[in-house]
Amino acid sequence: MTEIEKRQDRSPVPSAFDYAPAPESREIVTLEDRYDLFIGGEWVEPKSGEYAPTISPSSEEPLAEVAYAGAEDVGTAVEAAGEAFEDGWSDITPAERAKYLYRIARILQERSREFAVLESLDGGKPIRESRDVDLPLSAAHFFYYAGWADKLEYAFPNRKPKALGVAGQIIPWNFPLLMLSWKIAPALASGNTVVLKPAESTPLTALLFCDVVRQAELPPGVVNIVTGDGRAGAELVKHPGVDKVAFTGSTDVGKEIQRAVAGTGKKLTLELGGKAANIIFDDAPLDQAVEGIINGIYFNQGHVCCAGSRLLVQESIYEQVIAKLKRRMGTLRVGDPLDKNTDIGAINSKEQLEKIKELVAAGEEEGAEIFQPPCRLPEKGWWFAPTVFTNVAQSYRVAQEEIFGPVLSVLTFRTPDEAVEKANNTPYGLSAGVWTEKGSRILSMAQRLRAGVIWANTYNRFDPASPFGGYKESGFGREGGRHGLEPYMRFE
Amino acid sequence: MAQAPALPGGFELPLEPRLPRIGSVDQVAVEERAESLSRRSIKRESKLFALDLAVRMMDLTTLEGADTPGKVAALSSKAMRPDPSDLTVPPVAAVCVYPNLVPVALERVKGSGVLVASVATAFPSGQSPLEIKIEEAARVAEMGADEIDMVIDRGAFLAGNYARVYDEVRRIKEACGDAHLKVILETGELGTYDNVRRASLLAIAGGADFIKTSTGKIQPAATLPVTLVMLEAIRDVYEETGRRIGMKPAGGIRHAKQAVQYLVLLHETLGVEWMTPDLFRFGASSLLNDCLLQIRKEKTGRYQSPDYFTLD
Repeated sequence: MTEIEKRQDRSPVPSAFDYAPAPESREIVTLEDRYDLFIGGEWVEPKSGEYAPTISPSSEEPLAEVAYAGAEDVGTAVEAAGEAFEDGWSDITPAERAKYLYRIARILQERSREFAVLESLDGGKPIRESRDVDLPLSAAHFFYYAGWADKLEYAFPNRKPKALGVAGQIIPWNFPLLMLSWKIAPALASGNTVVLKPAESTPLTALLFCDVVRQAELPPGVVNIVTGDGRAGAELVKHPGVDKVAFTGSTDVGKEIQRAVAGTGKKLTLELGGKAANIIFDDAPLDQAVEGIINGIYFNQGHVCCAGSRLLVQESIYEQVIAKLKRRMGTLRVGDPLDKNTDIGAINSKEQLEKIKELVAAGEEEGAEIFQPPCRLPEKGWWFAPTVFTNVAQSYRVAQEEIFGPVLSVLTFRTPDEAVEKANNTPYGLSAGVWTEKGSRILSMAQRLRAGVIWANTYNRFDPASPFGGYKESGFGREGGRHGLEPYMRFE
Repeated sequence: MAQAPALPGGFELPLEPRLPRIGSVDQVAVEERAESLSRRSIKRESKLFALDLAVRMMDLTTLEGADTPGKVAALSSKAMRPDPSDLTVPPVAAVCVYPNLVPVALERVKGSGVLVASVATAFPSGQSPLEIKIEEAARVAEMGADEIDMVIDRGAFLAGNYARVYDEVRRIKEACGDAHLKVILETGELGTYDNVRRASLLAIAGGADFIKTSTGKIQPAATLPVTLVMLEAIRDVYEETGRRIGMKPAGGIRHAKQAVQYLVLLHETLGVEWMTPDLFRFGASSLLNDCLLQIRKEKTGRYQSPDYFTLD
């Protein structure tokens, strides 16, 4: 017996290293049974009389009943915002506005665990992400725009920036609190008041945010939150008292909104879908590129408009990358969003799950090769295993349409020109990723890719100082950075 | 005598047996990955499992100029029975000492299953003539050490003289005979993750059974990202050739919590097959007592005073 065999005798290899459950406690969150609309600093019962439950996607448990605003309710909210604008918010000193924003940022930091737990509970995203990404970034956005509030003259020299008035903002369900922050922080910093409609499947953190608004003693009516479905959104868009519409969501709804505001003089920004290319060159640091692929598509269950959902791999390293990717997918932990070790949580809603399933079935039918690592999905709730399609042709639906789920389509390329051509060959243009050790190639690719955000040797990294937005069907206007102030201002 | 094959300018390793591409490592991304894995929350039975495994994987080390037979004998006794009040705590994997103390350690651990490892090759700097280093390794093997921890010649490596480093590893491997060879890269002196990956592949190509981060004499010693880079090199070699190479982070791992983080890194990079003392070791000294303390806490629910654990 050789030495090594003797030793192996002595020390059997364990069959598994199972991590014991490490759930974050729900105790910190206190939920009401029923939530009304937050208008003029008060909770107001909806005149529509309608309520609907919001459901936890990981357990299908109804968490609370939430008001569904009707036309009249939206009207009241817009009027409250208009009054607050006229009644002082537009006149207070910019430094005073900054003070409120700093307060909100600090309160968000102080209450971050509460918000993180609620975000995971209502939206299904893993606590690891809500804790380490959503909450720190939300607070960072308020801090960042608080800094701009009294420096607008410097942001737009010689252009005499003025606030617009009332901003009507509609946000999606994938990053509920973060999108709220992206919308509200620049609007308030530039002196506007806000009526915001959260998505119907994830309203709870926006409703908890009302508590922050009160705690920060923001004047009543400066921030109004009206919950509801698409009808409330449509009312908000067409209300004549709204001076500016900001929407993040699907391309279809974005087009409807653009039709609705045509000719009204309302300012509009749209942040819509995407089908981003994540491009791996053969000189890339492969293990880190694989992490980037994973982070690009499985972050937040793929419910990310800028997700790297089309992987473009140089043919010379294709086999290696796919082998590494599949191995890595096997270590992803799918399950309870509140478990601190969970990497992939629940699909946000039943409808979204159906949509993902439909597109995945289409991919299989078209001839793409499907791979899913073995993983046990919980029985209750809405789940979808991380999925990769290889052998995908540019013409397949899974290479063209936004799936908005944990599904990656892999294509190959031979030369940088071909990579650019394939990456740009999409109706979208929100984001792209480039992985290479060659700095000059990063710069030349960034110049040639038609996408609003391009990451080099990283993916899905956000910072309030960096503008974010799309080309083509991914929308227009920028959020974040100095650029993010402009849509909320008029200039003389 | 094995000849180092000519390594062409672009630093490619010999193709037989085929080795993975040298490739490169992205600093930001690798540190991010290590950081995110260190946030895994390991509780209750999985924590106890990890702590027990950490003890079984430990190379209990003393490498001081002041080491005496008495000190090494005491350490060896601790190695065999770390916690006299709890006999379910397993013995450690090995004791790691200087060459002159190998006989003392061997005498003490005889028949216990605890192995004896010795540093060699002009530890810690490696800045001595090759013949002397080979001679030292051969002598240590003769004395009966089970494992030999060599250092690479960082001077040669940083001067770009990769062939010399490779050749040294090969020749020392030959001199080791049946003893297992651990190759210390001293990553704290290599400067970049790219270099860590190169040195790892070079050592493996030269015949290392284990690759090891540090001597413990230089800061920074073992870190999570450096270990991750080395584990990824090991994984690439395994996938390319089927050869299983062991990994030993050493230096600066003092707390049980850190040990658990390393095990999570190992688990998610190489999987359970590597979770054995045959393929993973911790080079440490004060880590053992913290593990004992934590094991007792997991079992009894209470923290004990450090006075209840022996200092050796």
